[in-house]
Amino acid sequence: MLEIRNLHAEIGGKKILNGVNLMVKSGEVAAIMGPNGSGKSTLSYVIAGRDGYEVTEGEALLDGENILALDPHERAAKGLFLAFQYPLEIPGVTTMTFLKAAMNSQRKQRGEAELTTPDFIKKVNVAAERLGVKKDMLRRALNVGFSGGEKKRLEVLQMALLEPRFGILDETDSGLDIDALRIVAEGVNSLRSPDRAFLVITHYQRLLDYIVPDNVHVLSKGRIVKSGGKELALELEKNGYRDYGGEAA
Amino acid sequence: MATVITVEKRREDFDVTAVVTSIQSSAETALGKLYASLPKGVGAAGVARARAFARFERSGLPTRRIEAWHYTDMRSALREAYPLAFDYAMNPTRGLRIDLIDGAAPDDLGQQTWPEGLRVRALRDVLAGAGDDLAAKIYPDQGANDAMVALNAAMSGDGLVIEVATGARIETPIGVYWRSGGVTPRSDFSRVLVLLGDGAHITLVESHAAHARTQRNSAIVFHLAAGASVEHVFVPEFYEAESHVATLIAELGECAAFNSFALIAGGGLLRRQIFARCAGEQADVAFRGVSLLGGKQHADTTLVVDHAAPHGRSRELFKHIVTDGASGVFQGKVIVRPHAQKVDGGMKSQTLLLSDDAAMYNKPELEIFADDVVCGHGATVGELDKDQLFYLMARGLTKAEAEALLLDGFAREAIEFVSNEDVRSRLETLMSDWLESRPS
Ligand SMILES: Nc1ncnc2c1ncn2[C@@H]1O[C@H](COP(=O)(O)OP(=O)(O)OP(=O)(O)O)[C@@H](O)[C@H]1O
Ligand SMILES: [Mg+2]
Repeated sequence: MLEIRNLHAEIGGKKILNGVNLMVKSGEVAAIMGPNGSGKSTLSYVIAGRDGYEVTEGEALLDGENILALDPHERAAKGLFLAFQYPLEIPGVTTMTFLKAAMNSQRKQRGEAELTTPDFIKKVNVAAERLGVKKDMLRRALNVGFSGGEKKRLEVLQMALLEPRFGILDETDSGLDIDALRIVAEGVNSLRSPDRAFLVITHYQRLLDYIVPDNVHVLSKGRIVKSGGKELALELEKNGYRDYGGEAA
Repeated sequence: MATVITVEKRREDFDVTAVVTSIQSSAETALGKLYASLPKGVGAAGVARARAFARFERSGLPTRRIEAWHYTDMRSALREAYPLAFDYAMNPTRGLRIDLIDGAAPDDLGQQTWPEGLRVRALRDVLAGAGDDLAAKIYPDQGANDAMVALNAAMSGDGLVIEVATGARIETPIGVYWRSGGVTPRSDFSRVLVLLGDGAHITLVESHAAHARTQRNSAIVFHLAAGASVEHVFVPEFYEAESHVATLIAELGECAAFNSFALIAGGGLLRRQIFARCAGEQADVAFRGVSLLGGKQHADTTLVVDHAAPHGRSRELFKHIVTDGASGVFQGKVIVRPHAQKVDGGMKSQTLLLSDDAAMYNKPELEIFADDVVCGHGATVGELDKDQLFYLMARGLTKAEAEALLLDGFAREAIEFVSNEDVRSRLETLMSDWLESRPS
């Protein structure tokens, strides 16, 4: 599904990713953990196609195709989704308007028919209900004045509606209260299927109790320094990153 | 041929300290001839108009040396003055829509049945019989020293006088459509007076259509008695005017409210100038607008809000989207007189520049002479936010779609304040049309 090969990336001449190798297979949930500043968000941005990063070496393959030359919207249309660590506020654009634009843009690019307004509204209502997203949030300007937790819920709502083949969640758990964490995790779990895969970036083992990963990887100083099963997360929770080039916990 | 004359500019009339010798431009000479060709006005209005032309003659077309016109040089913009166009041809009214063709009012206004409390007359029918009081309403002091306002007063032989009786609330929007009557080069001058009695209400949509060889100078003057309220919208449609000076003057009594929105798109040079005075306590004014500027357009919004009484409130919010080689100007001055305590004023101008050649000049000013007031202003000029663009593109929107959505959101924050739903959706349609046809 997603394969990262020897990925090197820098920003403003500063090297951030130093040869990342990572393979996430169809149907799999992989977790990435790692100290602050180790390059987790950078990796997700490079995969999603944010401007400003220079990839000096390596490639990122989605279903065998190198996506690094594609524009962000083309990657999205191919089924890539990134739930942002810090979702952006868009004044003047209601959440509904945005959701409809996003869903129909992807459909257009894939040569599918656009959603009718009633179909769209039905889909949104069902997903919002399930994820506990309040109706008034959908009418307000996107993310403007939303609480930290509300923004994260809305990221998952977007993911549920866009039904990506590969979803990256960058610290979607931070800022969520205990109930929201469960609801959001259920939202992710209900999307799990043999032809989808997820990359979950988190600092806390707790999320992984809800979204149980197949593999856990440790990113440190721009490289994957350790990979293991879900028990690796428990070990990290206990010992911190001292064994992996990070500071002692 | 240009004549050389010596013009003495008196200090009390003009913002000019030196005695200036200037050569009359050919447009100024032509305007003099056009004025001379008009029928002589009679009565108080006639005197006021003659005085206004003398004022214009003394100052001439404003140049960048006049501070208020620093970014919009009318003298170099008007290389020649187009012939006066007057068209009294059949120009029937339709519903609450009134067409001013080349500045001339329809000739059947008297036969129309208007909603109760509304009276509409042609200015040309009012001028001759106007006494001192009415003349002072048609030609108020506010803005009178501005050369282009003076020129408008002198040259406008027609327009409208709209009266809303005490307590009358006219809910249906009244549309006044300024149009060019033909395709030949033409200059039109017109003035509309709107008088509202105590507690009266009106929604007035000022709609401008003009072909590319139109030089327009339009003025609209509102007097709001105590508790009166106005919703005003300025909107161009099929609008290509070569140059247009659009003046709005508003005088507000106690507890009166004036809420104005302008959509600016199309045309060559547009100078919108607003002179608003809160003469009564607790008067409330709001001026908002969206400018969509492309090509070589130049749009200048210059406003003066004068708080002459306590407990007033003013809000200004202008959003400018400037692309290609277009230029925008926003000059906003809020004056708070010494005894006008507890005034609450807020002024904002926000600009998105979409090309390297686009330009925006902002000049917000506060002149506060009272000590217990809350007044603020802010002006920002920037580009589309790269992170916001990335966020939208990461959700599947193409670059063009993402830009259009951000621009739409940016402008919508101002359009939201238009309370009449039909008018607002018309503005939104015009805006979407502009955004969709925008060259990227
Ligand atoms: N625009 C930039 N210019 C310079 N350095 C940058 C820039 N953006 C990120 N960095 C640096 O790159 C490094 C990796 O940042 P990144 O956000 O990927 O870390 P992270 O692993 O996601 O951390 P966290 O756990 O705190 O979210 C950090 O040292 C950060 O300061
Ligand atoms: Mg991060």
